Amino acid sequence: MLTRIQTFGQSGIEFCSGFGRSGIFLVRTLLRRPRTVRTFPLLLQELYSVGVLSLLIIVVSALFIGMVLGLQGYNILVEFSATSELGTMVALGIVRELGPVITALLFAGRAGSALTAEIGLMKTTEQIDSMEMIGVDPLWRIISPRFWAGIISMPLLSIIFCAVAIWGGYLIGVAWLGVDSGVFWNNMQSNVSFSADVVNGIIKSIVFGFVIVWIAVFQGFDAKPTAEGISRATTRTVVYSSLAVLGLDFILTAMMMGGW
Amino acid sequence: MSTTENLITVNDLHFSRGERVIYEGIDMAIPKGKVIAVMGPSGCGKTTLLRLIGAKLRPQSGSIIVDNQNVFKLSRRELYKARRKMGLLFQSGALFTSLSAYENVAFPLREHTNLPETLIRRIVLMKLQAVGLRGASELMPSELSGGMARRVALARAIAMDPQLVMYDEPFTGLDPIAMGVIVQLIRKLNDALGLTSIVVTHDVPEVMSIADYVYVLANGKVIGEGTPEEVRQDSSPLLKQFIQGLPDGVVPYHYPAKDYAEDLLEC
Repeated sequence: MLTRIQTFGQSGIEFCSGFGRSGIFLVRTLLRRPRTVRTFPLLLQELYSVGVLSLLIIVVSALFIGMVLGLQGYNILVEFSATSELGTMVALGIVRELGPVITALLFAGRAGSALTAEIGLMKTTEQIDSMEMIGVDPLWRIISPRFWAGIISMPLLSIIFCAVAIWGGYLIGVAWLGVDSGVFWNNMQSNVSFSADVVNGIIKSIVFGFVIVWIAVFQGFDAKPTAEGISRATTRTVVYSSLAVLGLDFILTAMMMGGW
Repeated sequence: MSTTENLITVNDLHFSRGERVIYEGIDMAIPKGKVIAVMGPSGCGKTTLLRLIGAKLRPQSGSIIVDNQNVFKLSRRELYKARRKMGLLFQSGALFTSLSAYENVAFPLREHTNLPETLIRRIVLMKLQAVGLRGASELMPSELSGGMARRVALARAIAMDPQLVMYDEPFTGLDPIAMGVIVQLIRKLNDALGLTSIVVTHDVPEVMSIADYVYVLANGKVIGEGTPEEVRQDSSPLLKQFIQGLPDGVVPYHYPAKDYAEDLLEC
């Protein structure tokens, strides 16, 4: 019994200490944001590997999710003779929820895990240590460009996801099932609010991007410098990010519905 | 030796990792312009010493004075500035895997100076020529052998013309030719560039052939010091066992265990 309490206590202390370390790490990273012309190429390079290389999975997933939503939506709405509202339903579902959340989950799996593994491997192979000994701060040279690239990429990927998914819904609803194209777009336009729906979706994606990239770079930097350490850190990135995204989504949605 | 002649002075250094005591008050003096060997059995904290000199680790007490500055009292900014005067050659080389050999050597120059590209190119080629790898400048770290990677890392370590170069186990895992090359490079670069070198190793014959002064660490203390000849002649049993590579002695061959017969007969 006593051992169990000890183990529980130790886990609690470890969690708090990890959370504290990640907080300090975040502050130190934010203080080293890319400032000069010299860091711009580093940021571009990371935007490519974090953002551009995630495009394929985002676009393909968005297309299928949009098509499924179109198909499901049509079959539900047809019973109420309300297929004219298919555009609204698809757009609201995607822009408010599915766009930011699924992009974030895919982003955590594709880019987050890659960031953790890359930084963890740099630590294991002493590249981070050697950079410090050369007199270059790894937070500035390695972490900061990746951190900002993640925050910039995430909302852009989310916007692309939403556009492709809506197009997927259009393909099924209009091109396949015969909903009128004018009705589809017109109802969508009149019922989707830019400030309440689109902007809120983008805000969500920025928050998700921030949290995912914070978890990913911290887990990489804090990983034990062994093969097992990297594997555990990568797993933690995906699990923590996914849970954080889903939890935050509820909180943000509640705040947005409640009118802040 | 007075402080002005020493590049590094280690005073009463105590360092532990958790429960494990690594140093119980060691004192060392590293004179300028010399090749100093730090030897000792595996796990005695040789690499830790280099990390302490670079202030990558903090001791429980004691000080390390590098070029008249206590490295543990420097601010983060001052410490990064002080590190530019030090080069550390890691055991694995620790080259940046995403950069070519050329870019690895150019890295400190690009980060710390505003030199024009033509000048950077000349400096990089000179450093690579010094380690005999000018022809390999465009190769990626994955295309280099272990010995070559260590030589490129050495070129990177001397790119900023540091005062001090520290070598962490530079001979481990090298074939005899590569080892001979590294042994000669350490001595030649030290003399040609006016460096001070600290070589941390347990390869006794190799380092004894080039060192000016030797420290032997064991059990958290300096158990012997002097010129290579003095250390060879030392009669203390632990030092003798280490220098001559005897399998049994003060450091026992067997890890502590219960009685052998008793252990075998136990069901």
